[in-house]
Amino acid sequence: MSIMIKTVRALAAAVVLAATAPAFAAGSGPHIERQQWSFSGPFGSFDRAQLQRGFKVYKEVCAACHGLRQVAFRTLAQDGGPSFTEEQAKKIASEYTVTDGPNDSGDMFDRPAILADKFPSPFPNEQAARAANGGAYPPDFSLIAKARAAHRGFPWFVFDAFTQYNEQGPDYIYALLTGYEENAPEGVVIPEGKHYNHAFLAGNAIGMAPPISDEQVEYTDGSPMTLDQYARDVSAFLMWAAEPKLEERKQMGFRVIVFLLVFASLLYFTKQKLWRNVAH
Amino acid sequence: MAGHSNYVPQSAAAKWLESRLPVISLVRGSFVDFPTPKNLNYWWTFGGILFFMLISQIITGIVLVMHYTPSTAAAFNSVEHIMRDVNFGWLLRYMHSNGASMFFIAVYIHIFRGLYYGSYKAPREISWILGVIIFLIMMGTAFMGYVLPWGQMSFWGATVITNLFSAIPVVGEAVRTWLWGGFAVDNPTLNRFFSLHYLLPFMIFGVVLLHVWAFHTTGNNNPTGVQPKSNQDTVPFHPYYTIKDLFAIVVFMVLFAYFVFYMPNYMGHPDNYIEANPLVTPAHIVPEWYFLPFYAILRAVPDKLGGVLAMFGAIAVLFILPWLDTSKVRSGVYRPLFKQFFWIFAINAVALGYLGAMPAEGIYVILSRICTVYYFAHFLVILPLLGFLEKPLPIPASISEAVLASGSGKPAGAVAAPQSK
Amino acid sequence: MAHTHSAEPTRRDFLYLATGAMGVVGAGAVAWPFIDQMNPDASALALASIEVDVSAVEVGQSITVKWRGKPVFIRHRTEKEIEEAKAVPLSALPDKFARNSNLPDTAEATDTNRAAEGKEPWLVMVGICTHLGCVPIGDAGDFGGWFCPCHGSHYDTAGRIRLGPAPENLLVPPYAFVEDAKIKIG
Repeated sequence: MSIMIKTVRALAAAVVLAATAPAFAAGSGPHIERQQWSFSGPFGSFDRAQLQRGFKVYKEVCAACHGLRQVAFRTLAQDGGPSFTEEQAKKIASEYTVTDGPNDSGDMFDRPAILADKFPSPFPNEQAARAANGGAYPPDFSLIAKARAAHRGFPWFVFDAFTQYNEQGPDYIYALLTGYEENAPEGVVIPEGKHYNHAFLAGNAIGMAPPISDEQVEYTDGSPMTLDQYARDVSAFLMWAAEPKLEERKQMGFRVIVFLLVFASLLYFTKQKLWRNVAH
Repeated sequence: MAGHSNYVPQSAAAKWLESRLPVISLVRGSFVDFPTPKNLNYWWTFGGILFFMLISQIITGIVLVMHYTPSTAAAFNSVEHIMRDVNFGWLLRYMHSNGASMFFIAVYIHIFRGLYYGSYKAPREISWILGVIIFLIMMGTAFMGYVLPWGQMSFWGATVITNLFSAIPVVGEAVRTWLWGGFAVDNPTLNRFFSLHYLLPFMIFGVVLLHVWAFHTTGNNNPTGVQPKSNQDTVPFHPYYTIKDLFAIVVFMVLFAYFVFYMPNYMGHPDNYIEANPLVTPAHIVPEWYFLPFYAILRAVPDKLGGVLAMFGAIAVLFILPWLDTSKVRSGVYRPLFKQFFWIFAINAVALGYLGAMPAEGIYVILSRICTVYYFAHFLVILPLLGFLEKPLPIPASISEAVLASGSGKPAGAVAAPQSK
Repeated sequence: MAHTHSAEPTRRDFLYLATGAMGVVGAGAVAWPFIDQMNPDASALALASIEVDVSAVEVGQSITVKWRGKPVFIRHRTEKEIEEAKAVPLSALPDKFARNSNLPDTAEATDTNRAAEGKEPWLVMVGICTHLGCVPIGDAGDFGGWFCPCHGSHYDTAGRIRLGPAPENLLVPPYAFVEDAKIKIG
């Protein structure tokens, strides 16, 4: 018993020691605000309407430059996602063109996409993408919501383990889309062709021009057609695109942990019973 | 491992088998009748937890290989295929990637338990050395496994670590090229790492058997460090420790499940969700958390060869630990001074881990150097001297006496019931 | 084991029983993902159908296309072949069922039930011998249809097993003519 207590004390001491060292707490990079998401926390789930709106924003705004090459059209109609009907998903797929082949004469040919296809990328390769975008490479969006995170620094990363803060990715996407500023602050020089964005992780100068503004995408469900809402919706959609099994995972997790806790208590009592006559 | 069984075959079939291959008495002698000190606390359950993690990693690994494609062109996509399309693929992959972290959490606790209770001291030196070998193979396995998803951190981690070998005088460059199978980390490197990543866990399994064999020959250490004197001091392994270990394993599984289901990417790095790109290095290269203390030691030395030597030295020093500790007393429980240095060492190790994750600049470099020097000083200066300077507390005559003296029939560390606060 | 010496199993301790039962349930639940991961994954299930243009297939010719990783024979039969197939009485067939995925399981193995609906010359079959999975050779065998070289199964001009170890007629996959000369398989 005393060992356990000492361990706790030692850990506490370590935490205090580290927290008081001033240099440790200073995180580098931009500060990213935490947002509210329906899919955060142990019981989180996606907001279907939000994912559908977010998909619309992606399709009408982002898709011109950013691919979604890991995502298959069939998943748009899957449980735990935007839950389009199969007919809707087929129609969405048919609006994209994919290259197939070779046909009987040995040629590749274009055809409308079907559910089994994945989103075709807007550029055939990285070089083509850079050439079309002034040297900047618009990253593929399949995993972007898991591939970006601001540095949290000590002690926040410790708390994050307990508060289940997993949404650094969507928080960052939201911050980036709403982080453009017309004029860079005093002393910050933005190179020609770049744009000032206070949330951008790799410096303040981003190659992408502000991609979206109020009223740009038509919403039919009465949601506000503002940059803020667009940014939230597309961030949520991209979180789903990166982690399509998120809902299934959290639901299964709850059942597994409840089971393990019950099983552990039974084992504990069994163990106590077994050991009750042994002094140890 | 045998020799502790009082097993006498009853049935005709058992007699037939036993006279040809005494496997029943071997298993019974090792894991059923084996006399185990009755005062083992919960820190001792980490051996069982580690065995569970090894099996879990091997099984999830085998099924992941059924869907993974080891080639630079296909590896990244095949991992995404597992995550998105394979039935329960996301679960298996998250179990495997988080399982690696869980494995290291358990192994570090297991190592520190050994350090505190003097489990490395005579007559258990071989057990300890085999344990250090397991730890080394684990590190190799984990490193090569991290390369397989072929993300940015995979690629650049592999580049940095293989470049360590170029520090070797004269043959370094040749060794590095040999490891790569080319002039950079590329397809041949990925394929050989995949092959070895599959092989090494089975080698770990083999060394684990030797590790267990060794401490079953000497008998388990225990919190008092006093060898069992009579039957009063021991209980049969089954059911007493099978049930206790099982309980601990299930509690550990709760932690494991928490990360797999709720925080699956917490211990990973976001950059590894970007496909490997040999032309762009990520801004901050960090190894997985379990390598950070050694990474800090590597960077603390401002010399390429020196850094590499210090890093490998940090593990090599563990091999000779049994002969560095000069104290006649085994368990830290009866060593008041050692106890304090043990906790300083533990904090120092955590600090090294933290520093390993920080950029190598400014205050971090200086702190890394201080912590590195202390790490080595603990083993090479403090432990040898303590044996002469320290006045240990009186040691109980037997395990039973120690148990009676502690005055409670309750388990030594059961579920952290706060008795005093 | 001081207290489990009770001889009668009816007096078994509830606690031990409950713990053991939980363990069994848990082990079973854990086993399922490891088994199910070997079943066809979502991408394999999605690749269900292909479309084939058969306008260039003349009478008396066959083509082979790949569907779900397996060969599918598409044959444009001659009048003679159709007549031969129709002349065979059901009683002469080892397998009396049509094995046509587009018809009920009980459909009889008549030539009409084997051929494409309303397009008698067309025969569409999975080119896998029902014995042990080899690919039969076309225009071969004692019955002018297909012959499997692996173990000597003979199929007739309607793809029905006539002689040899194969137990069933060649499988007709789910398909339909979506246009006059375009078949959708799957």
